[in-house]
Amino acid sequence: MRVLYPFIAVLALIVVAFLGGKVTGLQYLLGVVLPYLAFGVFIVGFVNRVIQWAKSPVPFRIPTTCGQAKSLSWIKQDRLDCPHNKLEVAARMFLEIVLFRSLFRNTKAEIHDGPKLVYGSSKFLWLFALLFHYSFLVIVLRHLRLFTEPIPFFVPLIELADGILQIGAPRLYQTDMIFLAALAFLFLRRVMLRQIRYISLPADYFPLFLIFAIGVTGLLMRYYYRVDIAAVKMITAGLASFSPTLPEGIHPIFFIHVTLVCTLMIYFPFSKLMHMGGVFLSPTRNMSNNNRVVRHINPWNDPAIKPHSYAAYEDEFREFMKGADIPVEKE
Amino acid sequence: MTGAIPKQDWMDVPAIFREGNFCYPAKKSIVEYHKFPNPREWSPDQDDWKLPEGWEDIILKGLKERLDKFRSLKLFMDICVRCGACADKCHFFLGTGDPKNMPVLRAELLRSVYRNDFTTAGKLLGKMAGGRPMTIGVLKEWFMYAYQCTECRRCSVFCPYGIDTAEVTMMLRELLHLVGVGTNWILEPAANSNRTGNHMGLQPHTFKDNIGYLCDDIETITGVKITPTFNRKGAEILFITPSADVFAEPGIYTAMGYLLLFEHLGLDYTWSTYASEGGNFGLFTSNEMMKKLNAKQYAEAKRLGVKWILGGECGHMWRVLHQYMDTMNGPADFLEVPKSPITNTVFDNAASTKMIHISEFTADLIKNNKLKIDPTRNAHRIPTWHDSCNTARGMGLMDEPRYILDNVVPKWYEMPENTIREKTFCCGSGTGLNTGEIMELRMRSGLPRANAVKHVEEKFGVNTLACVCAIDRATLSALMDYWNPNVKVCGLSELVGNSLIMDGEKERETDLRFEPLVGMEG
Ligand code: SF4
Ligand code: SF4
Repeated sequence: MRVLYPFIAVLALIVVAFLGGKVTGLQYLLGVVLPYLAFGVFIVGFVNRVIQWAKSPVPFRIPTTCGQAKSLSWIKQDRLDCPHNKLEVAARMFLEIVLFRSLFRNTKAEIHDGPKLVYGSSKFLWLFALLFHYSFLVIVLRHLRLFTEPIPFFVPLIELADGILQIGAPRLYQTDMIFLAALAFLFLRRVMLRQIRYISLPADYFPLFLIFAIGVTGLLMRYYYRVDIAAVKMITAGLASFSPTLPEGIHPIFFIHVTLVCTLMIYFPFSKLMHMGGVFLSPTRNMSNNNRVVRHINPWNDPAIKPHSYAAYEDEFREFMKGADIPVEKE
Repeated sequence: MTGAIPKQDWMDVPAIFREGNFCYPAKKSIVEYHKFPNPREWSPDQDDWKLPEGWEDIILKGLKERLDKFRSLKLFMDICVRCGACADKCHFFLGTGDPKNMPVLRAELLRSVYRNDFTTAGKLLGKMAGGRPMTIGVLKEWFMYAYQCTECRRCSVFCPYGIDTAEVTMMLRELLHLVGVGTNWILEPAANSNRTGNHMGLQPHTFKDNIGYLCDDIETITGVKITPTFNRKGAEILFITPSADVFAEPGIYTAMGYLLLFEHLGLDYTWSTYASEGGNFGLFTSNEMMKKLNAKQYAEAKRLGVKWILGGECGHMWRVLHQYMDTMNGPADFLEVPKSPITNTVFDNAASTKMIHISEFTADLIKNNKLKIDPTRNAHRIPTWHDSCNTARGMGLMDEPRYILDNVVPKWYEMPENTIREKTFCCGSGTGLNTGEIMELRMRSGLPRANAVKHVEEKFGVNTLACVCAIDRATLSALMDYWNPNVKVCGLSELVGNSLIMDGEKERETDLRFEPLVGMEG
């Protein structure tokens, strides 16, 4: 059920978009209105979510220290995993965001008979997560060609590198293949590993199916149906310049692709996909471990909370203290 | 040995309480002492938990309040992608096989309620979006799994977003307290710490007497007479250590180590009976309680007019000190930046809190050749090193203790790489779970640590497990007795004390435990 419902949902989207793409009136809705709406929801939703997070304070300084802290001068600090200043934090965050450093550490633990625990390295998740995210990024950047005029200089460079194997015509982009393979891995991992299957929600399968469908429709458009690229560019450039036009005779697969992308954008701010914004804000990673050096302020610290006073303590135990020759304040 | 993963959806698997799998609930009188809500007699294994009228709203209101107070909580509710990288990192999951002990699922127990009541998707889609309403079944689950997490942060190391399930557990425990659901083994020591100064409930004269007995033993073993001072105004340094060190084995040997070290140096320091507890049971209760208990250390330092504070070997004490003390009870501007009177080293890394760890202090002494040490006195010990979760993942204290070990024992061995330093495994009984009624759970959750010890025991003949945490000393002892009975647990300062060549000492025949030294077996 957790897999089935999201699957049906994505199928339903495809069917609706396919039918809509055939009706002239609805084409406008799917090809013009929906993209604007989706883009708006995405931006406003994303920003709003980040603001909501930022509104809650970080009362305490709680970095996870994954290495030796700065202490005595002759002890070597682990500057990346236990940063002491902003620069070191920036380096830690950079590696975290760009290279998924924490995931790289991943190990696998299993209990064998004995009982005996056995550990193994487990870098597959790291590898495929990295492949997925980077190929996604490249694909998004490649799409800039459709929205910009003049096309930014890096777009053709990316395309050139991406198609370097020169397979087929139009040239096959490696990222397309890597993208789908990585998605397939992430999906199979979720259904095959029993632990991961157990924790997975519909909300985990839905984006996987959705993004997979986006990838497949994109491929079909480029390699199979050979959708009229000039017409597509007319639409996209029109959207980008706020003077939308909708040429005749565009293949319905285009509308399916656009609808799915729009769904993703609308879904994004309300889902776990917000990890994209959240990773920057994680207090255990983005704070420096100089806790004992610089005072951190908690805006709601309650100064009214006082310790059980020494005076009350002495009042209760004075006779015992005197008897044991422990100094007292009042005789 | 671990159970199979149930076929049903996890939301449909209820938490079942039976004698032995839960910590005893807080006594009515203790809850009243803390002025916590809903004091009553109740037990988790009965159906009726005697919750107050409208308890669901109390919980939801409490959750709202905490979402607004802690960015960590809000963020960690939203950004988990359920990748499962944290799943097999938790010692409770590895030891029990219960999938709800996967950190991600532990957090999902709270997240599901959060989604249902605080997110758009959850309000619209309910269960389809992974939401579920707050029910008594959910509450029972919370109680079960909030007390099967030692807030050790191991999961946080591996999470790509640094999601720290310990933060979630802390919130769960705070929420449970709002409706009068807490455990006695945490709340009673917290009450003791508040009233008598230490969690053991030792009154001032008893505290002093106990240290007196330790001094007697030291005199018997070394011939050196030590007379420490208590509550002495004008001392340079206030020394605070967990009270278990002056009361229970094997902590008392660590305390003897401190006493020998300070005597060896002629340090101008004092103990306090009022602030006679380093360990902070507030960390396991609520941040208000943590602040209240921690404030004693500052208050006492001020009253006595010391220059700075030296802290003994304790895990939670140091987590609180390092992460919270300055924020909650600072600034400590009536103190001076710690400066070792022996080596003149200034501890800039404690420039604001003015409190340093005994391992930092001792490592500096050794580096500057200020200690007369004979490591062969520890030749009967072949130690391995246990990084305590709190000092490793909460402050980054890893190499100082290793440097000390290098110098005070002839030889020691590291456990496997996946189980040390920031990847260290918890003793399995931290955060107030070291209570007798859940012994099976403790032995299970301590399995990963015990297994790593077994590995070095078999490979290198390791017979000692050294650490810098009082809870470790207590809980690892039980763990070793069960899994690796040939391995004894000790504090680092015990090894230091045993190796110190004291002025005017007699020829030593035994170590601090009255066990014969190598070559002195007689
Ligand atoms: S590793 Fe982090 S993101 Fe992945 S399941 Fe665990 S808490 Fe969630
Ligand atoms: S903090 Fe430790 S005990 Fe708690 S879920 Fe994470 S790994 Fe498990």
